[in-house]
Amino acid sequence: MEIFWYIIIAVIMAVFFILDGYDFGAGIIHLFMAKKEEDKLVIAKSAGLFWDANEVWFVVAGGLLFMAFPTYYSIVFSGFYLPLMIILWLMIFRAIGLEFRNQFRYQMWKDIWDKAFGISSLLLALFFGVGLGNVVRGVNIGGVENGVSLYENSYFFLPLWNPEFSPLNNHPGIFDWFTIIIGVISVLTIAIHGANWIIYKTNSTINEKLKTTIVRLNIALLILTLFSLNFWRNLHNSFFDNFWDNWFLLLFPIIFFTGIIGTFFVKKFKKSGHGFMFSTMVILGGITSTLASLFPIIMPSRNNVNDDLTIYNMAAENYELTTALSWGIVGVILMTTYLIVRLRLTRGKIDDMEYGH
Amino acid sequence: MEDIIFYDRLQFAFTITFHYIFPQLTMGLSLLIVFFKWKFLRTSTEKYNNAAKFLMKIFAINFTMGVITGIPMEFQFGTNWAKFSELTGGIIGQTLAMEGLFSFFLESSFLALFIFGEKLMGQKLHFLTGFLVFLGSWASGYLILATNSWMQHPVGFEILENGKYVLSNFSALFSNPWLLPSFLHNQMASLVTSSFVVASIGAFYVLREKHLEYGKLLLKTGVIFGLIASLLVAFPTGDWNAKNVAKYQPAAFAAMEGIFETEHAGAEIVLVGQPNMREKKLDNKLAVPNILSFLTYQDWGKQIKGMDKFAEDELPDNIPALYYSYHIMVGLGTIFIGIMFLAAFLLWRKKLFTFKPVLWAIMLLAPFPYIANITGWYTAELGRQPYLVYGYLKTADGVSPTVSSGNTLFTLMGFIGIYLLLGLLFLLLVGKTIHEGPNNKSH
Ligand code: HDD
Ligand code: HEM
Ligand code: HEM
Repeated sequence: MEIFWYIIIAVIMAVFFILDGYDFGAGIIHLFMAKKEEDKLVIAKSAGLFWDANEVWFVVAGGLLFMAFPTYYSIVFSGFYLPLMIILWLMIFRAIGLEFRNQFRYQMWKDIWDKAFGISSLLLALFFGVGLGNVVRGVNIGGVENGVSLYENSYFFLPLWNPEFSPLNNHPGIFDWFTIIIGVISVLTIAIHGANWIIYKTNSTINEKLKTTIVRLNIALLILTLFSLNFWRNLHNSFFDNFWDNWFLLLFPIIFFTGIIGTFFVKKFKKSGHGFMFSTMVILGGITSTLASLFPIIMPSRNNVNDDLTIYNMAAENYELTTALSWGIVGVILMTTYLIVRLRLTRGKIDDMEYGH
Repeated sequence: MEDIIFYDRLQFAFTITFHYIFPQLTMGLSLLIVFFKWKFLRTSTEKYNNAAKFLMKIFAINFTMGVITGIPMEFQFGTNWAKFSELTGGIIGQTLAMEGLFSFFLESSFLALFIFGEKLMGQKLHFLTGFLVFLGSWASGYLILATNSWMQHPVGFEILENGKYVLSNFSALFSNPWLLPSFLHNQMASLVTSSFVVASIGAFYVLREKHLEYGKLLLKTGVIFGLIASLLVAFPTGDWNAKNVAKYQPAAFAAMEGIFETEHAGAEIVLVGQPNMREKKLDNKLAVPNILSFLTYQDWGKQIKGMDKFAEDELPDNIPALYYSYHIMVGLGTIFIGIMFLAAFLLWRKKLFTFKPVLWAIMLLAPFPYIANITGWYTAELGRQPYLVYGYLKTADGVSPTVSSGNTLFTLMGFIGIYLLLGLLFLLLVGKTIHEGPNNKSH
């Protein structure tokens, strides 16, 4: 049961990053590349039409996490209190940026909300990556100080950073150079994804230029990924064990690297949607590989006093998990059907669709 | 410890109050939009369709605000009330996750179709998407209230040795005797809000003699729905809720009615008075004997327990706020019925559109249902104190163990700043939409 819900939630999270990832990415591209009003408008539109329908996947992942792993939800949300609150504020700014930019005609108003949309997209991509980096690195569970836990159960609390900025410190902070690298990886991935989305969905004038950008970002992405994987080995020496024990899990890293390699050929693609397909593989493969490497741990402990948090010691009771199955499956099927129908209905370029009032 | 809960409570109260400004309009307005759309299907009169689309513009802005202020609510269960979430998450997680999965999904998915898809879909399907938005928003209310009802009157659970609350009966969450009265009252109250807002926009147009055709339509619809909803809010739903409180939360009942001392026989109903906590009595009291006993139990002489009958730590910790909240809600409810009766009477005599004082009153009354709704919630939430899960889990035991009050204060200030900005933007945009009016086709 735990595994079942774990997979469902992971898939929903991954779908969220694929769907809202393109909104975030479009925001980042918008911030750095869009200069003409027509481009700005069409990029905002490519992100803005369905951002709230995409955010459903986020709310649902959160809700299901609460239901299936309440202890984890409580510990992690209170432990990452500050960055989560900042993520919330950024999400607010991004949403109003998208919704409100076309409400008034004058340029200054649009500029303000364009910047709000772009900057908050960039920071959100960074924060999500940093969050993932924290899960990989692990935290000081129980707040252990000289071999004694300060907090009950398995609670912890992280400051934003520690003075050394080092992931190897016993009292890690949210930001250290490792988590920031993961954050940058996330920004790069999402920016590429967003650029592919713009190429796929719009006829903006910067499409050709974007392809060059994508290749450059992709080089940086590859280098940083290899570097972080190398360091990852130092953090967990059991890092590859799951893959050796279950060969089929290797599928996930293969998807990831296929995506990266495919992206290098972005200029050669005949169909504008192919690039988007490859960056989807990068996101999907990246998230699944990370989770597969850690499984069944969902928050490693950085001390040897308290145990890792795993899906087994964090889950709700069996009756609760089974009951939730009855409505959960119906809901997930509905959401997926709607998503497929929506994607089919809105195939093709979006330049001509109505947006704003 | 005391300090920590204080800021957590303040933050929750502030963010939920702000959040609840929006859903109450969403839920009622979606019903009115479906109504206009239905009228259009029946009569093919273009003005109903335009009215529906005009209200949908306001709805969309309001909905966005509801979503972006709602997501922080869900987070806060984990961030600020970690102990509570850990202990009861297997239970309230069910209804909260269902809310995201079904309601938010329905609303946000079909809202986009309603707004952008009229030409694509044809009128029947367009009506259907509107209806699904309505269904989603009411389902949202239902599932959220199922969550809240469990906190007010927990059912269908067991407590394990490690202190965890686990679900033992899923369907009990929905047959909870607290849920139905609370849901119906809440939905009627949100219909009051939206009818008053619609009537107020109508009155504004009529008074300014702009968009007159729509002004009259909105005014008329708002008044009719407003009258019906105002009546239903008080009776039977409000009355039904009061009986539930008396039955399941007698200490809260005594505090909200302001009964400091138990009387020998029938209890009086307090109309006016200020709680004096030092001397434990009401100052300037104006009361009618025996009525409360009759209203609650249909028995003039039945005794009702006063606050003297409860231990200090069983009583809500902020009795004056609870008392005032309750009396403001009921007082406003009475005023709403009065005004809407008058307006409906004038409408019937065909004098409403020219009778300025009443038009002004209706126009200016729009903020008050919001106050009634919020004070109603304060009654429920302050009355639940000192418990988080009534009778079982104290509020002080539900807070996050690792988050310091300084951090909470910091984020509280952040929320205040951002919400202030959101509030201003919201008013600006709704004001602009109202100013442009229903006829506005172009930009
Ligand atoms: C327009 C708003 C509005 C109006 C006019 C009224 N109410 Fe109300 N009331 C609410 C809006 C509301 C609410 C905000 O929607 C509440 C909070 C919880 C709930 O389910 O509904 C509520 C709760 C609520 C409760 C439960 C409190 C608790 O849970 O402890 C009672 C006993 C009443 N109401 C009684 C009344 C009566 C007798 C009214 C007579 C006029 C009345 N309300 C008018
Ligand atoms: C229906 C779903 C709701 C749920 C599940 C809910 C849950 C909670 C929780 C967990 C707390 C914090 C713990 C506590 O102080 O008891 C709280 C407090 C509070 N809530 Fe609600 N709430 C809901 C609706 C509302 C609404 C709509 C309002 C007002 C508009 C409201 C007003 C308050 C206030 C004022 C407090 C602080 C009370 C105090 O600490 O003294 N609540 N609620
Ligand atoms: C009386 C109490 C409440 C009612 C009736 C209510 C109803 C609604 C409705 C109708 C929406 C749709 C958006 C909108 O209409 O503006 C919404 C949004 C939202 N609400 Fe509330 N809400 C209440 C309190 C809460 C509480 C306590 C939480 C905390 C868990 C919460 C979480 C959310 C979330 C996450 C959203 C955005 C996604 C969604 O629509 O589900 N709400 N709420």
